[in-house]
Amino acid sequence: MNTQIRRLGIVMLVLFSALFVQLNWLQIIDADDLNNHPANSRGVVRDFTRPRGVIQTADGTIIAQSVPSNNAFKLQRQYPLGPLFAHITGYFSFTYGSEGAERQFNDALTGNVTKTRFDPRELLVEKDKTANVTLTVSRSLQELAAQQLGQRKGSVVALDPRTGAILALADYPTYDPNTLASHDQDAVRETWAALNADVTKPLLPRTFRERYPPGSSFKVVTTAVALATGTATPAQPVFPTLRELPLPNTGGQTLANFGGGTCGGPLPEALRVSCNTAFAQLGLDITAQKLSPGAHAFGFNKTPPIDLPYAAESYFPPAGEFSRDLPGLAKSAIGQQDVAATPLQMALVAAAIANNGTVMKPHVLAEVRNAEGEVIQRYNPEPWLNAVPPDVARATRDMMVGVVQGGSGTRAQVPGVAVAGKTGTAQTGLDKSHVWFIAFAPAEAPRVAVAVMLEDQPSSNEFTGGALAAPIAQAMIRAALGS
Amino acid sequence: MSTVLAAVRRNTELGLMVMAGVLTAGAYALAGLGRSASLPANLIPFLLIILGLLAVAHVAVRKLAPGADGILLPLAGLLNGVGYVFIARLDPDLAGLQAMWTALGVGAFVATLALVRRARDIERLRYTFALIGIGLLLMPLLPGIGRNINGARLWVRLGTLTFQPGELAKIALCVFFASYLVEKQPLLAMGTHKVAGVWVPNVRHFGPIVLAWAFSLVVMFWEKDLGSSLLFFALFIVLLWVATARGVYLGIGGAMFLGGAFAAWTIFDHVKTRFSILLDPWSVASDAGYQTVQAMFAFAAGGLAGTNIAQGSPQRIPAVSTDFIFAAIGEELGLLGSVAVLMAFLLMVGTGLRIAMRVESPFEKLLAAGLTAIIGLQTFIILGGVTRLVPLTGITLPFVSYGGSSLISNYILLALLLRISDDDRSRAGAGA
Repeated sequence: MNTQIRRLGIVMLVLFSALFVQLNWLQIIDADDLNNHPANSRGVVRDFTRPRGVIQTADGTIIAQSVPSNNAFKLQRQYPLGPLFAHITGYFSFTYGSEGAERQFNDALTGNVTKTRFDPRELLVEKDKTANVTLTVSRSLQELAAQQLGQRKGSVVALDPRTGAILALADYPTYDPNTLASHDQDAVRETWAALNADVTKPLLPRTFRERYPPGSSFKVVTTAVALATGTATPAQPVFPTLRELPLPNTGGQTLANFGGGTCGGPLPEALRVSCNTAFAQLGLDITAQKLSPGAHAFGFNKTPPIDLPYAAESYFPPAGEFSRDLPGLAKSAIGQQDVAATPLQMALVAAAIANNGTVMKPHVLAEVRNAEGEVIQRYNPEPWLNAVPPDVARATRDMMVGVVQGGSGTRAQVPGVAVAGKTGTAQTGLDKSHVWFIAFAPAEAPRVAVAVMLEDQPSSNEFTGGALAAPIAQAMIRAALGS
Repeated sequence: MSTVLAAVRRNTELGLMVMAGVLTAGAYALAGLGRSASLPANLIPFLLIILGLLAVAHVAVRKLAPGADGILLPLAGLLNGVGYVFIARLDPDLAGLQAMWTALGVGAFVATLALVRRARDIERLRYTFALIGIGLLLMPLLPGIGRNINGARLWVRLGTLTFQPGELAKIALCVFFASYLVEKQPLLAMGTHKVAGVWVPNVRHFGPIVLAWAFSLVVMFWEKDLGSSLLFFALFIVLLWVATARGVYLGIGGAMFLGGAFAAWTIFDHVKTRFSILLDPWSVASDAGYQTVQAMFAFAAGGLAGTNIAQGSPQRIPAVSTDFIFAAIGEELGLLGSVAVLMAFLLMVGTGLRIAMRVESPFEKLLAAGLTAIIGLQTFIILGGVTRLVPLTGITLPFVSYGGSSLISNYILLALLLRISDDDRSRAGAGA
């Protein structure tokens, strides 16, 4: 019988070897394909049933939290302030994945970055391994921004130019992330379809993912580049007083001033009244070879390194685009033609001037704390770009102060505080304009930089950046400075 | 000499038992330290009970079978311990019950060693075992105590506990087959008629055993216990072949298996479904193939080193605490862990077969081979099903899966193997 028993052993060895090979196939060779298989929803479900930390504002308001639910998921994600922070927190949806800070800080919220030191006591007590995320965003500023926007489509961005910390990032329209985090899959699908069908794009975080022609607010960039390249000084040249500027190589086309006015003079005067003819000429004087790199140094054509998903690149055409299109260069110098910027990018332009020419990396993360409240990660401010030298930034700042003191941006004045700003009104059609205001304050030691943008306002003198956007910027600055 | 050998074996066993205990406690600690901390702290006493029971089993072997093999019990203890950690981690409600079942299993282990002082004692009781085996198989069909669970009628209910008597029936019938085949071995090995050019023995000698075997298969199939039917079929063929050394039985067995499988495939929808899931689980990934596909995802998620205990999500696999527990091990301990468990079973099989080869009495030889084949085949059938190597047939993974009947019958099986290895040592000692 021993021969048979030995053979039985060989058969067993063969059977077990087959299992061994199959395990290697499943766990190593075919593992990537299986892990990425469309039917495989392990990752989503794991994250969805796992405890998840809270997201809170700088002033301590919880804006995302998990509360117990009595269904299979065990936990329900909640956004106590509903639409107000929707475009910052994003959503955490079983059906549609995650977005915003929920997506960006998933590892911290689920406890993936929590360092576990061996502590035998943990065997006896249940320990919460999730971490809580504190943002730089302030609830009061966010509420003010939302209230100022009201039911007007637009964006408000406020940040600290010294650190890049985002203080407010508000837009309209928005949506309620609670409706996407619901466990009722049918209701979530319905809401999702409705939100996506909505032509006003409520799901779109327009502050950092939508681009608009910046119009005259871009003249801050043109001014700074002109100073940095030595094309102009505050005194020279003196631009001729014109109603319209003939455009080169067009056989008689002209570029007119806003509202058909006449203007000219040295650079500070041209910026104060936002003189199109002067800035179009200045753009031609700077040349595309210098204006394009100058704009790129402010962050155009680069993805801002903000810690929220999928930030859009703003656009200023590369120099080569203008080699046969000098009229295009003239229009681009006043923020028209193909120039496109996110509200975040224009806030970074203001912040660059405010921070002596250095653009800090924009960010919403302040710190991550473990369940015991110990800080396990803190955001350290880092410079992103050197836009212009400090002396150029200072000279540009002085001219922007002039805009608010006695130019197109007087409605941004704050008593007792020197505010630097620039208006923008970009025509988008026959009778529609996007209106802008970018600003920072206090001018001598800036603590807040703001960009305000309202979409599709009626084109008329009463609906300019100075008239509509500047008051919002003024309110934001007052609140941010506590004055 | 025998006492020296016994002392060496027992001390080896003790050392290995300590290692198994340390591994189990370590796995438990890892589960408790997992970031989701899914293991409630109040299960610690149950862990201590499990470790204590393994110590009891070791002491019982020292007293009752001092010369027995020293590797099998630690292997069983390790599998039992790792299985316990996973059960506690997957379903904390089952942790206490599994501790109780382990206690009953170890109790049955000690009782078997105490009652069966020599393996040849049970050789004479072959027909008693045949009746016990068939009686156990039929229990679930009795009205009143029989229960259908997951479409199979394998359970009996006693009070609040359910029990699968079929698990115990396998051992009883294995004893019967072994003793009957050894008695009739000369007759069965010798052909008296020539059928299709092959000498076959007189059908009269086959009567009782084929009857018992065929009846058991019909009952298991009736109860829709495909895994046990397969195991039982293979076990019988293996025993017949080992006993007679006639390859023709393997040929007949293989032909019967193919015929039976084809018949089952054509007649029974659930058999057909199992085959189609094996060939293409993806087209039915959300219904009939869900379990298989989720198990594959679990293995893939584990990769080489695993997600670590309590950090994967094997709960999505239906029946993960019982039949599919190996998928949870593969996910959370990775290929390293799943292969370690596979190796533990292979070592058990190797040790069991070595015991069979060393022992002199033909009955004990055949019984040891049969009991070892039960463990090896059962492991292959369920692991092959879980890893989509063979069609899935629900059956427990010995010592690892949750379940009282499985644990108790496997501990009895283990005790019989140890008893046989101790008999071997006694005779070796007597002869020296």
